[in-house]
This record gives sequence, structure tokens and C-alpha cells, in this order.
Amino acid sequence: MMLGRTARGLFWMFRSLERAENTARLLEAGWHMALTRSNEWESIVETAGMGADYREKHTEYTSSDVINYMLRDTDNPSSIMNTIAQARSNAREVRTALSSEVWEATNECWMAIKEKLARPVSARNLHETLSTIRYRTSVVRGALHGTMLRTDIYNFCRLGTFIERADNTARILDVKYYILLPSASFVGSSIDNAQWEVILRCVSGERAFRWLFSGEGDSREISEFLILDERMPRSLLFCISTVHKNLVQLERSYEERYPSQNRAAEMRKTFEASSIEGILQDGLHEFLRGFISQNMQLAATIETDFRFYK
Amino acid sequence: MSQPLSYFDEMRTADDRVQEPYQGYYDWFKNDDMKRLLQKSKEAEAFFRRIGITFNVYGQSDAEERLIPFDIVPRILAAQEWARLERGITQRVCAINSFLHDIYHRQEILRAGRIPETLISQNSAFTPEMIGVNPPGGVYTHIAGVDLVRTGKDEFYVLEDNVRTPSGVSYMLENRETMLQMFPELFSQINVRPVSSYPQLLRRSLAASAPNGDRGGKPVIAVLTPGIHNAAYFEHAFLADQMGAQLVEAQDLRIEKGCVAMRTTQGFQTVDVLYRRIDDAYLDPLTFNPESLLGVAGIMDVYRAGRITLANAPGTGIADDKALYSYMPDIIKFYTGEKPLLSNVPTWRCSEPEALTYVLEHLNELVVKEVHGSGGYGMLVGPAASKKELAAFKAKLRTRPENYIAQPTLALSTVPILTRAGLAPRHVDLRPFVLVSPNRVEITPGGLTRVALKKGSLVVNSSQGGGTKDTWVLEA
Repeated sequence: MMLGRTARGLFWMFRSLERAENTARLLEAGWHMALTRSNEWESIVETAGMGADYREKHTEYTSSDVINYMLRDTDNPSSIMNTIAQARSNAREVRTALSSEVWEATNECWMAIKEKLARPVSARNLHETLSTIRYRTSVVRGALHGTMLRTDIYNFCRLGTFIERADNTARILDVKYYILLPSASFVGSSIDNAQWEVILRCVSGERAFRWLFSGEGDSREISEFLILDERMPRSLLFCISTVHKNLVQLERSYEERYPSQNRAAEMRKTFEASSIEGILQDGLHEFLRGFISQNMQLAATIETDFRFYK
Repeated sequence: MSQPLSYFDEMRTADDRVQEPYQGYYDWFKNDDMKRLLQKSKEAEAFFRRIGITFNVYGQSDAEERLIPFDIVPRILAAQEWARLERGITQRVCAINSFLHDIYHRQEILRAGRIPETLISQNSAFTPEMIGVNPPGGVYTHIAGVDLVRTGKDEFYVLEDNVRTPSGVSYMLENRETMLQMFPELFSQINVRPVSSYPQLLRRSLAASAPNGDRGGKPVIAVLTPGIHNAAYFEHAFLADQMGAQLVEAQDLRIEKGCVAMRTTQGFQTVDVLYRRIDDAYLDPLTFNPESLLGVAGIMDVYRAGRITLANAPGTGIADDKALYSYMPDIIKFYTGEKPLLSNVPTWRCSEPEALTYVLEHLNELVVKEVHGSGGYGMLVGPAASKKELAAFKAKLRTRPENYIAQPTLALSTVPILTRAGLAPRHVDLRPFVLVSPNRVEITPGGLTRVALKKGSLVVNSSQGGGTKDTWVLEA
């Protein structure tokens, strides 16, 4: 038996952790780009969905402004510091549902990151700071996998993670969708590898992609990799399948089928029946907007089905 | 100034020998390396922070979570010392339960003229809504904390009774856990009575008080917390976790088909026993405080119908009211027919003109407390107060004398703490935790020792810079 509020707390705890990780990944990509060739800070901020708020405070996209805004600005509700604090506050609320390892890992994660982000972070320390964040959130995930019973508690944690991840991957693709569109101008010309790399780096997929596609590939393949490839743990299909799987497990333990499961099943089916050619032909941007909104509706249905609020 | 010159030290005798109960510990201590111990002390703090045993301080704007400092030198009681305390506490808590039942029913103690009628009728802690209500199993104070102080080898006093929502038991448990982890060798050398079964005993005790018996041992128990911003949230979560009970907030509860039910992922589930850690005033906006956004509308109707157990029962607060405290010896005699086994601290009720005159004249020797206060707020320690503070307090006393009681400044016993310069005596008190169910009273051996970390200070409250110690009761 679980309180609706507890389900909500678990869901949001893992959404927040996932969001923090994704933001760290975006920063890593931006930093790498800035080091090598192009300045990608503006699109990084845009991808993180922080564009409008960022422009209220800053006029330029300098690395130090962007880094500190995304890492530690208390006015930015999605800054890594704020999302980690949110995750920890959720964890406190649902502490009785967590193994002590998961709780302690989350608490230590918050303490370590708070210390790291107590002072402004320079581009020079960014890499180390991001490593800490990645390492600390990994410990939480490891504790979750290693110590939590596979009950409804685990399912709500996973639902939060994958709803958030799907949203994140779709947004990254959407911000850069035009690069992936097969266009007449690209035919025969060398493709902008740097731009692709941004996308792949944002989902930590650059090595996986090269490995699977032997270092070659085109925009069609990248789109397919991030949308329909079920081997890729951040692809949209992977996320929606995992969400579906967890809802099926909830059905099994609760002995009741909920609307959210039907919704997820439908989304999954549509994906499995889709080809990348069809998606590109109908418009990648439209497809991604449609997906983001379906994913949000799915989250809202989960909230209602499992009485997160009332 | 009649401040006592010497204090009873629980570890050292006046001629500097080690007191009997501390013998084993001291043998270990003197052979250990000071540096290692100081290092351990630091580790303890990191440990507490990691598991998040923190409390939020009221009135602190930054809502910073703080640690209650922990001292690694245990406070040790001999088996026979404890046995005596145990008898005294049991007697007292039983009398309190009889008293509560009486004042909310026939009020025989008033009819017998043993305590003044106004003490009840004029008391804001008296809860008329409880008149004629029969708590399931007849228990009012399922959980009680009796604060004791010691002034000599055999002199223990009850400083106050905590029968609303006594807190601190999680520190008792975590302090022991920490000691076991840091000094396992100590526990193999010295036989200390364990405390770890408290959560199971609490669960069993609450279950035994469930409406209509305990439903074959499986009543649904929930802990009601005001939420993560409450000072004692850690403890609420800890106890729910250890008992395997749900930790609920008022927003999770509502009345369904005449029962209290909590909102789960699969619909509403009836709750049989609610260990509530919120005040009476926030329990039911329909009965107590219409302004309250907390609370569960209608819960008191369910309670009156005998369909839920509230632990502790509403209205118990009158028994830990400080004005009533001074009558406790009479209350014990009235209900048990026995002499009180534990002494009360002599108390002046400032509502009485003669007492007030005395208190005003001797203010610099006395400790003055607010009748309804707790947590060490609003209290004056005469010997430690400045002239200005004394004058200000005199004014308060003259305006609202009925709001205060005064007691002599007790020569609280000391137990050493570990400082960089070695062992140093500090004043302590003791809060044993008592569980009351319809057929038994159970006291966990030991309790929470609070220690004033500042040299010479007599205020042990954590909100005023006090710390805690692990408390050992030795096996007989």
C-alpha cells in the first residue's frame, strides 16, 4: 500500500534527478564545443528550456554566465542546484519508501553538490564540477537498482526518470531538428559534423553512435538512433517502452488496468509501426512537438490514475 | 545568591574515585588514545549529517537544518538505579492516565477537593470536547516522556511530564546505533541493556490500543506529521519507517464512510490508529481551530464514535501543564493510594499572592517557567540573569502572575563530555520514554540524556545549545 503523495514524491524525485543529470550533460556538450570549435551556449540554454528566463537576466551568452545560470542560479528553477535540492526535498518526504542506501546517497549527493556550487564555477573547474554531479547522481541510481525492492515504489521512480528523459531527448532533437532534415543543399556537400556532434553529446550518445554505425552515418541515421533505436537508453522508443513496462507491472501488482497504461501502449505501438522515412516526410518538427505534448498528457494521466494529488 | 557550590558528578566521586556504574567504561577510556576519540567525535557528526538526523530551528529565517551535537561519553545508570526509576515512572504515568479519565468523566478529584476546581475549568489546556469521550482501550497517553533530573546519589526529581507529543526518541535510538558502530568493542566488554526494540514495542503498543481490539494483530497504523518543515520531521519519518507504518500528512486523510482513510495509489484505505505528531489545535478544523488549514475535518466525530485511536488522546496536554505539575504528588496519592515514588521539584505557583511575593524577592535564585511553555522558551534562570533581565521579568510576573511558576535552581548532576582538554563535567537531564497500552506500561531502559554543552550552563534544551548522549542502563 502506498500513499498517492508518496507516489508523487518518488516520481518527482527521479524526474528532478534526471533533469539535473540532463542539464549537466548539456553543459558538458556546450563546454566541449566551446573548447574546440563553435560557440553553442545559446542553443544549449535554449535546449534546456531556459531561454526566456535567461534573457531576463543576461544579454549575452558568455560561458561563465551560462555555466553559472544553469548550475547554480537560485532564480533559475531548473538550475542543477535547485533541481538537486528539489530531489532531496522529495526524498525527505518519501523517506520511508526509500532504502536507507538510496536516501543516504541522495542526501550525500545534495551535500556534495551544494559544497561544489557554493561559489561561482569557472570554465576551468567546470569539468570537475560536472564529474562530481554525474558521479553523485550515479550513486543514487546505483543504490536504487541495487537495494530497492521491485515493487510499486520502484515503478514510480522509473516512471519519473523516463518521462523526464523522453521529454529531454525530444527537446534536444527539436531545437536542432533542422540540421537533421534531409535537404537538397546537403546532397553532395560535406555534412556539418560539429552540429551533429552537439546533438549526440547532449545525450551522451556520440561514442555509442560511432560504435553502432562504424563511424559513418547521416542525418537520417542519427534521427533513427535517437527516436526509434531500442538499444539506445535515451531514445524516445526506449523511454516510452520503459514507461509502458512499468505501467504493466503496476497493473500486475494492483490488479487493475489504468488509462495511463492504454495511453502508453498506444504511443509505443505507433512508434513501433513508424519508420524514420515516414517521420521525416511528415515533418520532424511536427512529430517532436506532437510527442512532447503526448508525453505530457501521459504524465498527467499517471498523476490522476494513481492519485498524486487528490 | 544561594547557588549551590557543588554538584553531584555521576562519574567521579567528591574524592575523585570513579563511581561504580562507570568503572568498566573508565577502564576502557583511560587506555584509549585521546586523539582517536576526538577523531571519532568528528566522525559521529559526519555520520549524523549523512543520515540526515537534523532538526529545524523555530524562528530561524534561513530554515537551516541543524544537528543536535552528540557527545561520545555515555551516561550510565546502574541496574538498581534504573529499577527504582522504572517503578516511579510507571506509578506516575498510571496516575496521569487515571487523572485524565477522571477529569473528562466524573471529576471525582474535584469533588474530593484535592485540587482546586479552577485549575481545571480555567485551564486553556482542558479540552471540553473530550468530556465523556472514551478513548479506545482507555489509554490517554500512549507515549509519555518524563523529564528527570538528579541532584545526588539517590535524589531524582521529576522536572516535567511530557504527555502531549514527547519527542526525542529517535535520538535515543540513533545515539545508540552510532555508539555501536563507533565503539563495538565497548559493548562486548560491558553489558548494556539494548534499546533497539522501541519501534516494535511502539507498534505493538499502538496496535493493542486499536479500536475493537487489534484486529488479529494487523490494525493499520499511520504517523501523522505536519510535514518536512517541522522541527521533528526526521523523527516522524524515522518512527514510521521503523514501525513499517505509513507517514501521512493531513492532506492525505479524509473521512470516508465514517472512518478515517488515507489516499493511496489504489484508493482510500481505512486507518485504525493514528500516531499524530501535530497539536490538538490542528487536529480537526471543525472541532478545534476553524482557521487551521492543517488537520482533518471531521476526525473528532470519528474519534468520538470510537472508530479511530488517536495517540496521544486529545486533551492530554492538561496533565503536563506546569500549573498542574505542583499538584502531581496529590494526584498520584489520590489515584494510586500510594506515596509518590519520585519526588516533585518544590514549586511556587505565582498565581498565589504569597508565593508571588516570595518569588519576586528571590528571583535571582529561582528558575521561572511559563505555565504553558515548552522547549526552554520564555524561561528565566535567575542566577544566570542580568539585572536588566531580572527587572524585565519582574514586570512580567506582576502583570500576569498566573502565567508562571517558579522553582529553586536545582543542582543538576553532571556527567563528563569529551573536550579537547579531556573530560569535563556538564549538567544533564534524562527523558525516559514510556509506552502505555491497555494492559501494560513499558519503559525503554535509559532514554534521552540531554547535556548542556556550555560550561556551567543548566539549560539542556537542544533549541538552546544543548546536546545529547547515549544513555546506558547496565544489566543486573
